[in-house]
Amino acid sequence: MTQMQGRAWSRRGVLAVAGAGVVGALTIPATGRATPQEADDFARKILGGATAKSGKVQLIVKDVAESGANEPVRVVVDSPMSAADHVKAIHVLADGNPFPGVSSWFLTPKSGKADVAFRMRLAKTQVVRAYAVMSDGSVWQASQEVKVTIGGCGG
Amino acid sequence: MNTPTIKTRIPAKAKKGEIIEIKAQITHDMETGQRKDAGGMPLARRIIKKFVCTWNAEVVISADWYTAMSANPLITFTALAEKSGPIKLAFHDDNGEIYEATADVVVE
Repeated sequence: MTQMQGRAWSRRGVLAVAGAGVVGALTIPATGRATPQEADDFARKILGGATAKSGKVQLIVKDVAESGANEPVRVVVDSPMSAADHVKAIHVLADGNPFPGVSSWFLTPKSGKADVAFRMRLAKTQVVRAYAVMSDGSVWQASQEVKVTIGGCGG
Repeated sequence: MNTPTIKTRIPAKAKKGEIIEIKAQITHDMETGQRKDAGGMPLARRIIKKFVCTWNAEVVISADWYTAMSANPLITFTALAEKSGPIKLAFHDDNGEIYEATADVVVE
C-alpha cells in the first residue's frame, strides 16, 4: 500500500483492495447466528447430498413477521400420498437462526395429505426454506424471505 | 415449568377414506439454551425434540423438532381415516419424559 502513496490509485489496486474487503466481510463469523452456508451444509446432511429442484412445494409464510417468536408456517406438497408415490419427509430450515434446522416431518401414506403447519422462531430477517423428499428419492424445494423487526431468540 | 398439558382437536367421527385434520398444542417453554437468566447464567436447553402420531399403533406422521420451534408448539397435520381406533400423540421431551394424548375416532 505504501507504494501507492503519492500517485493515482490504479484500477487494479482499487479492485484488489475492494476484493479483500469483501472477503474479509464474508469470513467474519456472525456470533450466534447460522449463515446460509451453514444452512446449506445442514441441508446437504439431511438430504444425503441430493439436489433439490424448485417446485411442488408450497411454503406459506408471511413476508413480514409480526413477531419473530411465533410465526405461523405451513408447508403443502403436491403429491397423491399413495403407497407408490408419496412425500417421505418435509424439512424446514432457516438461514439466519442460531441453528439452521427448524423441524423435519416424516410422512407416510397414512398422512393422507402432505400438509403440515406449525409456528417457528425467527432471530432476524432471513430466508426460510422448505424441502420435500419424495418416495422416488427426488427432492423439491421452495424458499421465501421473511422480514422480522422483533427477533425471537430472547435478544 | 409446569407439567405440560396437551390440547387436541380431533374429529370424533370420520368416513372411511376421509382425510381428517388434527390440531394439537402442548404447553412447553421450548427453552433454546441461548437465553440467560437474570444473573447472567445460561438457561439449559429443554425442548420437545420428537413428535409421533399413531393411529391404531401405526405411524401417521412423526417429526424431529429443533430449537426454532416456538414455545407452546401448535401443530396441524392430516390423517387418512381407515379404521376405528385410538389416535395417539406423543411428545418426547429433552429430559426423557414423554407426554401423550389419546383420542378415539370412529370410522364409518
